[in-house]
Amino acid sequence: MDRHRPALTHPVRSVRPLRPVRWILVAVPVAFLVAFFAYPVATILGRGLWPDGHLDLSPLGDVAGNAALRDVAWFTVWQAALSTMLALAVGLPGAFVLARYRFPGRSLVRALIVVPFVLPTIVVASAFLALGVEPSLGAILLAHVFFNYAVVVRTVGGLWAHLDPQQEEAARVLGASRLRAFTRVTLPALRPAILAAASITFLFTFTSFGVILVLGGPTRATLETEIYRQTAQLLDLRTAAALSILQLVAVVVLLVATGRFQGRRAVALGLRAAAVTTRSVRSVGERALLGANLALMLALLGVPMAVLVARSFATANGPGFGFYRALGELRSDSVLFVPPADAVVNSLLFATVATAIALVVGGLAAFAVVRHRRGRALEAALALPLGISAVTVGFGFLIALDEPPLDLRTSWIIVPIAHALIAIPFVVWLVTPLLGSIDPRLREAAAVLGASPRRVWREVDLPIVGRAFAIAAGFAFAISLGEFGATLFIARPDRPTLPVVIYRLLGQPGAQNFGAAMAASTILMALTVVAILTAERARVGDIGTF
Amino acid sequence: MLTIEDLTVGYGEHTALDGIDLTVGDDEIVCVLGPSGSGKSTLLRAIAGLESPTAGQIRRDGADLAGVPTHHRRLGLMFQDHALFPHRDVIGNVMFGLRMHGVSRSEARARASTTLALVGLAGYEQRAVHELSGGEQQRVALARALAPAPSLLMLDEPLGALDRALREHLVDELGALFRTLGLAVLLVTHDHDEAFALGDRVAILQDGRIEQIGSPVELWTRPATAFVAEFLGWNVTRALAPGLAAVRPDALRLGTGNGRPAPVVVGQVARQTFRRDHWRIQVELADGTALDVELRDTRPPDVGTTVEVIVDPADVIALPD
Repeated sequence: MDRHRPALTHPVRSVRPLRPVRWILVAVPVAFLVAFFAYPVATILGRGLWPDGHLDLSPLGDVAGNAALRDVAWFTVWQAALSTMLALAVGLPGAFVLARYRFPGRSLVRALIVVPFVLPTIVVASAFLALGVEPSLGAILLAHVFFNYAVVVRTVGGLWAHLDPQQEEAARVLGASRLRAFTRVTLPALRPAILAAASITFLFTFTSFGVILVLGGPTRATLETEIYRQTAQLLDLRTAAALSILQLVAVVVLLVATGRFQGRRAVALGLRAAAVTTRSVRSVGERALLGANLALMLALLGVPMAVLVARSFATANGPGFGFYRALGELRSDSVLFVPPADAVVNSLLFATVATAIALVVGGLAAFAVVRHRRGRALEAALALPLGISAVTVGFGFLIALDEPPLDLRTSWIIVPIAHALIAIPFVVWLVTPLLGSIDPRLREAAAVLGASPRRVWREVDLPIVGRAFAIAAGFAFAISLGEFGATLFIARPDRPTLPVVIYRLLGQPGAQNFGAAMAASTILMALTVVAILTAERARVGDIGTF
Repeated sequence: MLTIEDLTVGYGEHTALDGIDLTVGDDEIVCVLGPSGSGKSTLLRAIAGLESPTAGQIRRDGADLAGVPTHHRRLGLMFQDHALFPHRDVIGNVMFGLRMHGVSRSEARARASTTLALVGLAGYEQRAVHELSGGEQQRVALARALAPAPSLLMLDEPLGALDRALREHLVDELGALFRTLGLAVLLVTHDHDEAFALGDRVAILQDGRIEQIGSPVELWTRPATAFVAEFLGWNVTRALAPGLAAVRPDALRLGTGNGRPAPVVVGQVARQTFRRDHWRIQVELADGTALDVELRDTRPPDVGTTVEVIVDPADVIALPD
């Protein structure tokens, strides 16, 4: 048993292997961010604020002095706050039920609730209209809860499923009531996940675009739709730029604030495998709670999707595949350059490439966030593309990436890059909490057993977060499939994606076009479900279950 | 041979280890005994390279380990609470160190199985670690540390969380295993029985300093400082000798000093406790100091009774003030 001992008597040179690795961890995400986010945004701001080669701040003053635009800003904030509170109120019970109770079809439900989150906003908005919901504040809030329910359930439930129930039981034994045990023990433990879910939801609803446009009616506008209106309809780039600055500042303030809140987020929580923490439903009360939540999920999430599918089959001659067959044809009066079916191939290709980019960049960023002292700044920076909105990202790509050194406008790669930019924050958000919760002694144990820092990463960190990565991959793929705002600007007419085709079809009059849009939406939804289900089934060690 | 000289580890203001000198011979078992917070774990972590010393040297067979990163040190460390990899089964945990040292997968599997059998877990290869009992997890952690044949096996409170009966059983088992394998072992614990049963030598650690080091018999019979004496359960008092002195509770007897040359002190029984095979009483002397007295064959007098305690001067050890 002594054969390895001689190695010990020849000490290895003192090396600090983490240094170069740490550099790459930070350099790759930062380079990506600079090239594909900072540079396009700077170009937009330049066009808006330096129109003639010198600084002109008057657009900012014009916006501040405009009562209508002040109303837009105020509405943007409070509708987002209200939407976030509603999503939390509706989502937390759902998170509990899915994290703690074992029941038939649980993993299917967990997968299905994610689908609305990644559906194209324009399709969901139309589905709500088809349901008979009138454009109103209520319609906006309903759609926002529809979209963000999964954010709350998955982000909070993911952590909840791994919390040791004994902690709450210990509090009960110590004399805490059920409510007190929850508010003093479970809630603080869940706080990082709840804050993460709330900040994601707020960001989303703050920058909501399609929902406001379709379900808000003509009188309601957010910063996002106003930027779009100023850019695309009024061609007032200066005002659009001023509004973008306003929105960017608001988002940065929000991210810094949540960063402060979550300063102590990466604590080891004594996580347990989810298999140990779930149990079957016992009492009548628990049965009722589970039933009520499942019914809510069905009504809120299931019904709009069912209506969508039903309409895709409801042809003028009764139920049939007519609308689907039409997707394979390129009609002479079409606004499209290729048969809609080609968009399926484009979408799948773009989604694959976007997922690969998002996993590499987002994965490196997540490790940097956990390992680096300044990692949290990186996390906030990576969330910026979400904050500044897909429309702005797409428009920025269009005007910035059309000349050397980054002339990508004619290359198809520009689309997956934009999609990856939007998916990266999700990868970071999904992977970081679990990564920060890995017991540091596991890494130490691996090191003592002879694992180099790189090997520790591969043997301990990676398998434990492997499943979070699989889920992140599913999300990134689905986000790319459904991305609309940016794609509209940068997809070449002969290589459209499914959402672009759906939007074009919806813009055309006639039941035939609407039906084809519904059919394309159904295909998109099916692809999304497959992507998420596949990710759900990937297993890389149980503790990584999300 | 592991040699530690003047090892100091500090975190900011706090000094966790303060000038430790210690050696562990090639097949020697050294136990470090100390209360919690005395720096025991820090000592093991410093040797493993998980903490950076602020001063001092750690050498193995004469070679300084200062520049050697943790993963090249080839040490075994069994963590308190084990730190088993939750995403690997039992064999995956035990194979880990072998695979890190370039042993082929099939050979690693075979050697890990042998090690598992050695700790009494044959047949547990495919079990998930969270399904195991505390005692089984402890054995897996031991097997994981043993499998790569480390030059020094370090154990941090190896039996800490286990129940007493299991602990006593495992102490014997561990001792037999260490001697069979001829390993160099450094074990830290807060448990006297564990340290004295296993150690060839025992070091008493307090506030980051080694108070005394020696064979179990030396320590039991000649504690060098008041702290060691008190930690080992001796009475430390000024009532029996001109200066500070220590005497073992089982060296004291009750009785009337009539006709005996031995000095006698008088006090009142303040407390009595039954301890498995003996009684222990606390006698409060007139000056307020308390003496513990162990009674083997007699029932203790009632609380409040005035008693005479017989002290044989040969049993009293003078301590430095």
